[in-house]
Amino acid sequence: MKLDGKVPAGELAEKWTTYKSTCPIVAPHNKRKLDVIVVGTGLAGASAAASLAELGYNVKSFTFHDSPRRAHSIAAQGGINAAKNYANDGDSVYRLFYDTIKGGDYRAREGNVHRLAEVSNDIIDQCVAQGVPFAREYGGLLETRSFGGVQVSRTFYARGQTGQQLLIGAYQALSRQIHTGKVEMFNRHEMLDVVIIDGKARGIITRNLLNGKIERFGAHAVILATGGYGNVFYLSTNAMNCNVTAAWRAVKRGALMANPCYTQIHPTCIPVSGDYQSKLTLMSESLRNDGRVWVPQKMDDVKAIREGKKKPVDIPEADRDYYLERRYPSFGNLVPRDVASRAAKIACDEGRGVNASGLAVFLDFASAIQRYGISQAHTHGLENPDKATITRLGEEVIEEKYGNLFQMYEKITGDNPYKTPMMIFPAVHYTMGGLWVDYNLETNIPGLFALGEANFSDHGANRLGASALMQGLADGYFVIPYTIGSFLAGEIRNDKVDTNHDAFAQAEKDVQDRLSRLMNIGGNQSVESFHRRLGLTMWDYCGMARNEEGLIKARQIIRDLREEFYKDLYVPGTLDEFNPELEKANRVADFMELGEMMVVDALQRRESCGGHFREECQSESGEAQRNDEEFTYVSAWGWTDTDRDPELHKEELVFENVELKTRSYA
Amino acid sequence: MKLNLKIWRQKNAANKGAFKSYTVDANTHMSFLEMLDVLNESLIAKKEEPVAFDHDCREGICGACSMVIDGQPHGPWKGTTTCQLHMREFKDGETITIEPFRARSFPVVKDLVVDRSAFDRIIQAGGYISVNTGQAPDGNSTPVEKEQSSLAFEAAACIGCGACVAACPNASAMLFVSAKVSHLGLLPQGQVEHSDRVLNMVHQMDEEGFGRCSNVTACEAECPKEISVANIARLNRAYFGAALSSEKEV
Repeated sequence: MKLDGKVPAGELAEKWTTYKSTCPIVAPHNKRKLDVIVVGTGLAGASAAASLAELGYNVKSFTFHDSPRRAHSIAAQGGINAAKNYANDGDSVYRLFYDTIKGGDYRAREGNVHRLAEVSNDIIDQCVAQGVPFAREYGGLLETRSFGGVQVSRTFYARGQTGQQLLIGAYQALSRQIHTGKVEMFNRHEMLDVVIIDGKARGIITRNLLNGKIERFGAHAVILATGGYGNVFYLSTNAMNCNVTAAWRAVKRGALMANPCYTQIHPTCIPVSGDYQSKLTLMSESLRNDGRVWVPQKMDDVKAIREGKKKPVDIPEADRDYYLERRYPSFGNLVPRDVASRAAKIACDEGRGVNASGLAVFLDFASAIQRYGISQAHTHGLENPDKATITRLGEEVIEEKYGNLFQMYEKITGDNPYKTPMMIFPAVHYTMGGLWVDYNLETNIPGLFALGEANFSDHGANRLGASALMQGLADGYFVIPYTIGSFLAGEIRNDKVDTNHDAFAQAEKDVQDRLSRLMNIGGNQSVESFHRRLGLTMWDYCGMARNEEGLIKARQIIRDLREEFYKDLYVPGTLDEFNPELEKANRVADFMELGEMMVVDALQRRESCGGHFREECQSESGEAQRNDEEFTYVSAWGWTDTDRDPELHKEELVFENVELKTRSYA
Repeated sequence: MKLNLKIWRQKNAANKGAFKSYTVDANTHMSFLEMLDVLNESLIAKKEEPVAFDHDCREGICGACSMVIDGQPHGPWKGTTTCQLHMREFKDGETITIEPFRARSFPVVKDLVVDRSAFDRIIQAGGYISVNTGQAPDGNSTPVEKEQSSLAFEAAACIGCGACVAACPNASAMLFVSAKVSHLGLLPQGQVEHSDRVLNMVHQMDEEGFGRCSNVTACEAECPKEISVANIARLNRAYFGAALSSEKEV
């Protein structure tokens, strides 16, 4: 299959403008006749559903949650990027574009990324108008802070709850359209298949989670905004119910999965503490604005800390290794996530991890508290303030900036991070891979679109902090309202989709068969136990570092596990009731197949780039080594069969504006 | 640690529910929901029906988790959701009673899961600023006083979990509604629709069958995001003003 990214011709900075002025559009009276299904109500889904309804399309919106406001975008903490240059620090659309391409280790499409940077400013305006209470300066104007991998301050935020505030904004816009009747909302409905008629996506099959009813919904186009698949690792910062099922059902119907092995391991998460643990908690990257990462230099100190004989504050400055500041002086603690995570892994591999399991490093706010305290004392006109006053004033500033994060940390660990450094370790956080889409955000199946984390399009092999919110809202508010027109303009003569079509009957039957099969295995092991084992395999062999031998081994383990799953799974309850175990079983079944595809992709990509680190491909100092000659392409995988290799399609990446270089943050 | 659990079991809205007793082996590092995971795994191993409960982010922000623990929505810790509550709060051998949020407007779906869609309908009635995508002026065109913006943020921190309703002896939704009215009403962008918003949201709140506020303030005490009852005062003021000045029938 020849993959065409459909990036418009012309100068980089003109592509989107030209596209918008020349793309096919649908007249208002025709929009009223066209139906669009949007699956998912996170930032991408809710903003798309609201914006399309505002334009006049008839939208049906679906979520498996009890309310559209619960989508996992809500948990994003740190912020959202935009090239506003309000800080007057030299930011621009081009710089945001360039940082994103470089941060993604030169594995993203130039045209898409530039468009993302262009619309970033509109997002901030839109959100402010909706009432998103962003942080403000004393003069009443918007405040920004810095995130990893950049040297400007372009991240807008609402304390540590930016995702929540942006999602509430999109949810309110969606609610307004539900009220007008332009959006029909289906809560607690999980999409279990996509229906394809004459090669076009024409609807979905859902399960009503309250009563198990399988239902058909038809539309002229289907949008998947169903998030990422980080939960394939079982332990991740994703919410418990995040899953790949909607995207994977699309893959089973012919959509391509792009770069599935590109996984973001976030450097600052609360470390694993026991084998009962159900999920991991992120500590926002914004903390690296003020927190300094370190481990002791001397092994004696490491030992003493682990045994509780010494406290971190007992280690003198000279005996600490602020390894990010040492290795990457120009970016310091604000290197991109993949770089920071690997550095933490190296420190722990050297035996310098600071908790009992040896899998943690310190994130220390003591110097920031001092710095802010002195500055505050000065502002308050205090002469010769004592140490306690400085600390108190400094802690107040830190509380204002990160209060909820510090509180969250204390609740989970029982330690007070104002007084002792946080202990952190990398954890699975985001998946750059996803459904292959072209410039229109359309998959290779006409009429099937993928938005937000569910697609692969903008972050290459590593996403920069505060760019996920930007991309989700860019896709939903400002891209899909234009690009869907290029498909729907050809649909104005087509009647409403008939859900009595054979394709709907077949898809519905497939769903029922699949659920019955899971229900009737009648084995002895719980879904949870299988999911844990799958996750552990993925983490051990396809996590922060990968190598050929491990990946080959992992593939066999996953296959064996899948076989065992279908022989010995036990799902309690029945098909026709509220049954969370059945929901989980269905999702884990898909993770079992996706996991293998991720391993296959990681094996094939014999280079290190961004979040994909092949141990065979590293420099002497342990930095990731790309192989541009062989691997400057997107790997888009097509499903074949359970026992066969997926089929690889390549989309060559063309760089006309950016020179491919070794990524350096030193 | 060994714990005795008294958990409300109810097959669905149509069936009657009852408490059932269980014992579970937990440890002090677990979160409350991880303790329930352990219980459920042990029930599944015995081929018994696990306890259904809503949960998702497990970091206190999505608002999915609910349940009343020993008489308190989200349990004993102040400013904490159930998912953030940790077992170090409890002692070996203790008995913990767990039941769903109870309110006429939140019917039980199963066990500890309730239907809170009434909250969505209240927002749909007016909990927004009407601005279509693409219409917005520059983000810095309207400065907002820092303090005012902070107050709006604190009201906007509501996670829509419904603990305020569960805590209230009248099952009133005033804290929830007032948080939204305050969030938008404190910002210059929210002024144009302020009066209509208040009237429409309060109307929908009444339609959904939530009770009246009698200033018990249990809602504030139990709110996992510590939303202040000052918002209720703001709502009352706004409602009074809107009702007096509105051209529409109230």
